Amino acid sequence: MSDIIRGKAFVVGDNIDTDQILPAEHLTLVSTDPEEYRELGKAAFSGLPSDYATRLVPNGEAPCEYAVVIAGRNFGCGSSREHAPIALGAAGIKAVVAESFARIFFRNCLATGELYPIESRDRLCEAISTGQEVEVDLDAEVLRLADGSRKFSLRPMGEARAVVAAGGLFEFARRTGLVSGK
Amino acid sequence: MAMTLTEKILARASGSATVSVGQTVLVNVDVLMTHDVCGPGAIGVFYKEFSKSARVWDPDRVVIIPDHYIFTADEKSNRNVDTLREFANAQGIKYFYDVIDDAKGKWRFDPSGGPLQCRHGGRFAGVCHVALAENGHTRPGEVLVGTDSHTCTAGAFGEFATGIGNTDAAFVLGTGKILLRVPETMRFMLVGSLQPGVMAKDVILHMIGKIGCDGATYRAMEFAGEGVATLSMEDRMTIANMGVEAGAKNAIFPVDDKTLAYVEKHKLTGAETHYEVLAADADATCHSEHQVDLSAVVPVVARHPNPGSVSPVAGCADLKLDRAYIGSCTGGKFSDFEAFAAIVRGRKVAIETFGVPATPEIYRRLCSETIAGETLWDIMSDAGVQLTVNAGCAACLGGPGDTFGRMNRPLSCISTTNRNFPGRMGDIKGLVYLASPATVGASAIAGKFADPREYLQQPMTARRQQ
Repeated sequence: MSDIIRGKAFVVGDNIDTDQILPAEHLTLVSTDPEEYRELGKAAFSGLPSDYATRLVPNGEAPCEYAVVIAGRNFGCGSSREHAPIALGAAGIKAVVAESFARIFFRNCLATGELYPIESRDRLCEAISTGQEVEVDLDAEVLRLADGSRKFSLRPMGEARAVVAAGGLFEFARRTGLVSGK
Repeated sequence: MAMTLTEKILARASGSATVSVGQTVLVNVDVLMTHDVCGPGAIGVFYKEFSKSARVWDPDRVVIIPDHYIFTADEKSNRNVDTLREFANAQGIKYFYDVIDDAKGKWRFDPSGGPLQCRHGGRFAGVCHVALAENGHTRPGEVLVGTDSHTCTAGAFGEFATGIGNTDAAFVLGTGKILLRVPETMRFMLVGSLQPGVMAKDVILHMIGKIGCDGATYRAMEFAGEGVATLSMEDRMTIANMGVEAGAKNAIFPVDDKTLAYVEKHKLTGAETHYEVLAADADATCHSEHQVDLSAVVPVVARHPNPGSVSPVAGCADLKLDRAYIGSCTGGKFSDFEAFAAIVRGRKVAIETFGVPATPEIYRRLCSETIAGETLWDIMSDAGVQLTVNAGCAACLGGPGDTFGRMNRPLSCISTTNRNFPGRMGDIKGLVYLASPATVGASAIAGKFADPREYLQQPMTARRQQ
């Protein structure tokens, strides 16, 4: 993955749980099947309440036009379903920038390497609107609006960045000698 | 160095004398649990990342419990149970609690006959978190990881238990190890004992209401104090179960005589069951300490849309209710049905009410144990509760459209389950209110939110039939 992620933002609020990211009825899908992986992408964020007028994947057309999810507190709370970060990744999302993450969701982002979970210092979900062009600069640890009007500081990802960059837990584990090469 | 119970266990399991908060340690896993909605994915990653001929690290430490989407005609759901069976056969996994008895068979749910027609075989164990305990897989001092967020339930037995994703589970399948960051511990000192009509569910909802549904994120919730001894093992399971609803990595109770009696009673035969009882050091450094007076806890409700929106049931009188539900790992255990049945006995439910036992063993007890001479099953049936004999997760997490008790319309439902985020029990516009089995029973009878303390009647406990 590149060190700068550019694209449109999709903005959600606090306590977006895994049912809103991927409703439980889609848990019948198995992500290691390529066809079912694509199906997961089509269902990403389909559990958001109807007051989200703009949908991430309208009419099931994945990949979507967005690259970055902006969220409030406790993003990904709820279930341990790895289907949730996979659905966002399969929909084309490269990073989620949130005030805070639920533990298992954060870990699943690393394990799968599907997307970067990054903590913001500010409440970006009230500063950015869905559809705005943004860029997430992983080296500089900032999120900029593409028009250059504002930039926001991000919290350092630490070791987590290398795991996502490697493509997930297994590739990271092979590179670091935790498991033997394939 | 003084350590919390969680730190003691992670030190033991990582072969270290001590561990400290924030350190990442490579931990030996004692038990890995998976089920039908995450198992097939974990198995897929396991074969992809290790090799097509890979073997699990220890087949006797892998426990597979289909429980989520079982009694549904959904083809993919049925297929996923078959995937588990193929894996268990190929890997020689002894503790596979299959839905059917034929190891070479295929699972296809037949809905004809309705919810009172038993559709599972003799090995089926029901909801994984309760089944793990009933079948002897929860032991003090051990490390249990499972592909389900409510794996933290097993912390009731003085072990480190946490939920993980499919990829982490695949890593454990191949190596028997997992990288874990040592969490900070929040210590909850329990004093006093619960009033009649107040349940363990009220205690944990009360705590989540105080600290918020992300109030324990990345941390361990450790329970201690003289109040612990007043709680049954099922009470402790209920409290530990919902630790994740405060964001906790794990929730853990100290080990006492009740723990050891339960573990001995449910001990596996013929398997490696050595375990080491560990205890927290009283002077261990904690993130924070919180006093909880059990005698001051009142019946509460977590309102839509998250488990942290907690208020006394007495303050919910203005809210409408269409449905009541009792079931799940959180609220479908025997003692949950016992409290519920004691309240609905001799009365009629005023709103549609569904009941799903967590395990076949609980179903068996509902049919054999009595209150005032009547079985719990008959009490609930006579009260108008719609029951199924097919134990499982059922409508707690919605599931496929034909799931028993699923909210297929935008209703308001009071439930003994664990989550109430939008869409949790099915319909995206449905409203779920979390409460204790006693509160759900009283509210089902009243047809509105009701304080169970006003509906108590003697006797309140069940007896085994002579």
